[in-house]
Amino acid sequence: MAEAPRDIENLIELMAKLPGLGPRSARRAVLYLIRKRALVLAPLSDAMQVVAATARECLTCGNVGTTDICDICASEKRATGELCVVEDVADLWAMERAGVFKGRYHVLGGTLSALDSVGPEDLGIPRLVQRVVDDAITEVILALNATVDGQTTAHYIAEELEGRCAVTSLAQGVPIGGELDYLDDGTISAALNARKAV
Amino acid sequence: MEWRDQGALLSVRKHGETSAIIEVFTAEHGRHAGVVRGGVSRKIAPILQPGAQLDLSWRARLEEHIGSFTVEPVKSRAAILSDRAALAGLNAVCALLCFALPEREAHPTLYARTIAMLDLLGQNEAWPVAYLKWELSLLEDMGFGLDLSRCAVTGEREDLAYVSPKSGRAVSAEGAGDWAERLLPLPPELLGVGTGDAANVVEGLHTTGHFLTRWLAHSLGDKPLPEARARLVDRLKRAVT
Repeated sequence: MAEAPRDIENLIELMAKLPGLGPRSARRAVLYLIRKRALVLAPLSDAMQVVAATARECLTCGNVGTTDICDICASEKRATGELCVVEDVADLWAMERAGVFKGRYHVLGGTLSALDSVGPEDLGIPRLVQRVVDDAITEVILALNATVDGQTTAHYIAEELEGRCAVTSLAQGVPIGGELDYLDDGTISAALNARKAV
Repeated sequence: MEWRDQGALLSVRKHGETSAIIEVFTAEHGRHAGVVRGGVSRKIAPILQPGAQLDLSWRARLEEHIGSFTVEPVKSRAAILSDRAALAGLNAVCALLCFALPEREAHPTLYARTIAMLDLLGQNEAWPVAYLKWELSLLEDMGFGLDLSRCAVTGEREDLAYVSPKSGRAVSAEGAGDWAERLLPLPPELLGVGTGDAANVVEGLHTTGHFLTRWLAHSLGDKPLPEARARLVDRLKRAVT
């Protein structure tokens, strides 16, 4: 069987590197794009070129946008005195999709990890502390993952911010739609500890 | 090759898009790594938290391969996530075991003491003392046990107050004499007695830390001790001041 022309093979190889795609699914995706050239391929190509040229991290919070200061940091309406700390940009976007948080964000870029030699300096925690002081933040909400690394990082940040502002964290427990029988005992334990009056 | 055992999870890292590589400390196979297929899935990820007790089946085509684990949860220790000091203790135990233990070498005594230690975390006020004793066990199992049974100078078993930083042997107040300032403290908690006083525990950790650094870490090429241990000591010091 004849191989695809070199340029198309090259595109397939690049697509195959995307998360969730392997060589077979990349071939299917490329064939689809070629069939929908005007409708999908051309606009996709244009959009990718624009993003490649303009995408950058916000200098203040670490969010991904197309300007040096992202829309959230630039908006005066978001200056509520609340700062939500997240591990990465995907978490920030998840919080924004929920639409309930109206303050600003700070993206750490990971968690403290002894194994991977990630320390407080690597996560910009001193910069976070300075930002709390400079921006007169009244509450820091730690929206970090409910994992050992995430909570270790949360405790460290809480200690660094002690006395500077209120520090809170997201609740942990039974997810919406969750059935007790399918939950792990760590989640059940955390939910029981965090119970409240009805 | 295959075996089945129980163990405590020491570390987990993502491998590819869907899998995880875990390190566990088991009763019969020591510290052992393996791949957990689908380890980052929503179903399995909550089980794979450091400190968790797991039922493990390991398979590999050849013994020297990293192999793969199938895991079932036995006990979660995630309840301590909200307890700052206990979480620091968990991190220190896992980090020190990853640091010190050679791979695939059984240490059944240390394993039993480690599980007892992990079960105590956050359960009562006495766990820092148990942690201190655990560090002594770690030193002993690695071949660097301290001899705190009698004074190295006088031979007496009473009034032991110091530890020689060179020999790791106990020294009484009388035996220390003018050398007291050069010796390490020996709080009663290191001898298995005492009230569990927080300040004494911190003193004890200063002593065990000396030998962890000078003996254990030195034997491993002078690698620095894990940062997690320093954070635990710092946390316990803050509780005292």
